[in-house]
Amino acid sequence: MTETAIVADDLRKTFDEVVAVDHISLAVPRGSVLGLLGANGAGKTTMVRMLTTVLKVDSGRGIVNGFDVQQQPQAVRRSIGLAGQYAAVDENLTGHENLTLVGRLNHMAKAAARQRADELLDQFNLTDAGNRPVRTYSGGMRRRLDLGAALVSRPPVLFLDEPTTGLDPASRLDLWAVIETLVADGTTVLLTTQYLEEADRLADNIVVIDGGLVVAEGTAKQLKARLGDTVIEFEFHAPSDASHAAEALGGTVAAGTVVRLVMSEGPATLRDAMNRLDAAELTPSHVALREPTLDDVFLTLTGNSGANS
Amino acid sequence: MTTITAPTHPPISTRSGTGFMWAARDTIAMTWRNLTVLRRVPQLLVFALVQPLIFVFMFRYVFGGAIPSGAEGLPYVDYLMPGIFVQTVTFGAINTAVGLAEDKNKGLLERLKSLPMARSAVLGGRVLADTSRNVFVVTMMLFVGFLVGFNTHTNPFKVAAGVGLMVLFGFAICWIFALIGLSVANGEAAQAAAFPILAPLTFASNAFVPTETMPDWLRWWAERQPLSITVRGVRALMLGTEPMDYVWGSIAWSLAITVVLAPLAVRRFRNS
Repeated sequence: MTETAIVADDLRKTFDEVVAVDHISLAVPRGSVLGLLGANGAGKTTMVRMLTTVLKVDSGRGIVNGFDVQQQPQAVRRSIGLAGQYAAVDENLTGHENLTLVGRLNHMAKAAARQRADELLDQFNLTDAGNRPVRTYSGGMRRRLDLGAALVSRPPVLFLDEPTTGLDPASRLDLWAVIETLVADGTTVLLTTQYLEEADRLADNIVVIDGGLVVAEGTAKQLKARLGDTVIEFEFHAPSDASHAAEALGGTVAAGTVVRLVMSEGPATLRDAMNRLDAAELTPSHVALREPTLDDVFLTLTGNSGANS
Repeated sequence: MTTITAPTHPPISTRSGTGFMWAARDTIAMTWRNLTVLRRVPQLLVFALVQPLIFVFMFRYVFGGAIPSGAEGLPYVDYLMPGIFVQTVTFGAINTAVGLAEDKNKGLLERLKSLPMARSAVLGGRVLADTSRNVFVVTMMLFVGFLVGFNTHTNPFKVAAGVGLMVLFGFAICWIFALIGLSVANGEAAQAAAFPILAPLTFASNAFVPTETMPDWLRWWAERQPLSITVRGVRALMLGTEPMDYVWGSIAWSLAITVVLAPLAVRRFRNS
């Protein structure tokens, strides 16, 4: 018996013949963070829209905080907060007005909505900017306000759709710290991201999707272990050398002049690879041995590396 | 097997009430939001006034001398102004389309859809805010009319009823534009989509010139379409030159447009 805050059971959504989400199932235990990882167009946002009742489900079932997204949408809406990649706040209202409006639309009494807005502005370091129109805010401030708006009703379940896309590194770290605080308080989070570093840091479990299907799931550690324990990268001076080397080694070309091999027996493979490069009369300018990152997992699983084998 | 447990946080206290009461309160909250935006960006109101002022100038002073008024002994300015008023509220509905399209484009509609608010309040709040704006703009235009020589020929109550009639018509037209705003990608597209609907309504009408000189096919349309009927209704109330039938005709059109288009727009919002 597990406590599950979010369940997707074989969800599917098509837009005019285009399959956005094919068949995706996932479960998020209460109090944990699920990272939904995928490239642009993989179906991440469509999943979030279906689970937050914003978009109708074609088939399958979604359960959020114990409520069915199709049968009990209002109960789901009372249980969730949604913050998206577009910072959906009104530019012409002040930060305080934005939060109060969301409170009112969550059916809080006027005084309670105002008080909650004050609290959130304080929590997100926006008190000084609270009475300024949002159009004067920086990108990072807007994103913090947007996250604040998602938290007005103290939802037990939070959906974050690419919360840090387009933010500078400092603002990103800032937002990560905020999310970590929320999780520590027991909030369940479904986070979509295309940044593997973000999933690695925040997510307890990761589901990798591609083309509307789940291609892998597990903890960051498990996913990395699936690949093998060592990554070898050979760098060449010319892209043509790199593609010849990729052919000789059976690896993939990453970033133009770098050939990447993932394997479980590092040193032996390295010796073998050097011999093959010798035979092909190719000399790498740089060789590196390292542990796999989630990037390697992602590129290998989704085949988005411009594979050249 | 999963079990359902209570949320770990105590949910913030919300008040209870009936569905209708919440729909009304949500609509008020959204109307407040849209009117606050209008107050923050006063250019929107200024531009809303510039366009009808240009029409007043053009028709009163440029073309006006060459246009016969519809009734014997009636100055052209008196014939013209009700047409300008109705055209103003009709053009005001563009704001509904642009506002909704921009909210959609910026992801705001998505946030609103994820809230436990009444679905109808998003559109209702938009249309009510634009209707309030129409009341303001038309009141200003009434004073502009008096400045350029417009005279009413009935009593103040009938003049006020005339304002009510055109504002009701503007309210109905807003629902058409709500549907358009939800169907296009952004504010510019909404603006572009608006003109092909506005042109045959406002120009192929009796708003600026009597229909007698139009070719038969155009005259057929110009005399039957709802904007012309509303203009005649306003002339009936402000000038007394038309039968009161047109007042009832205009009210019937406005109600019919609202009853058909408002549910369509709300359905479009739910499903988009």
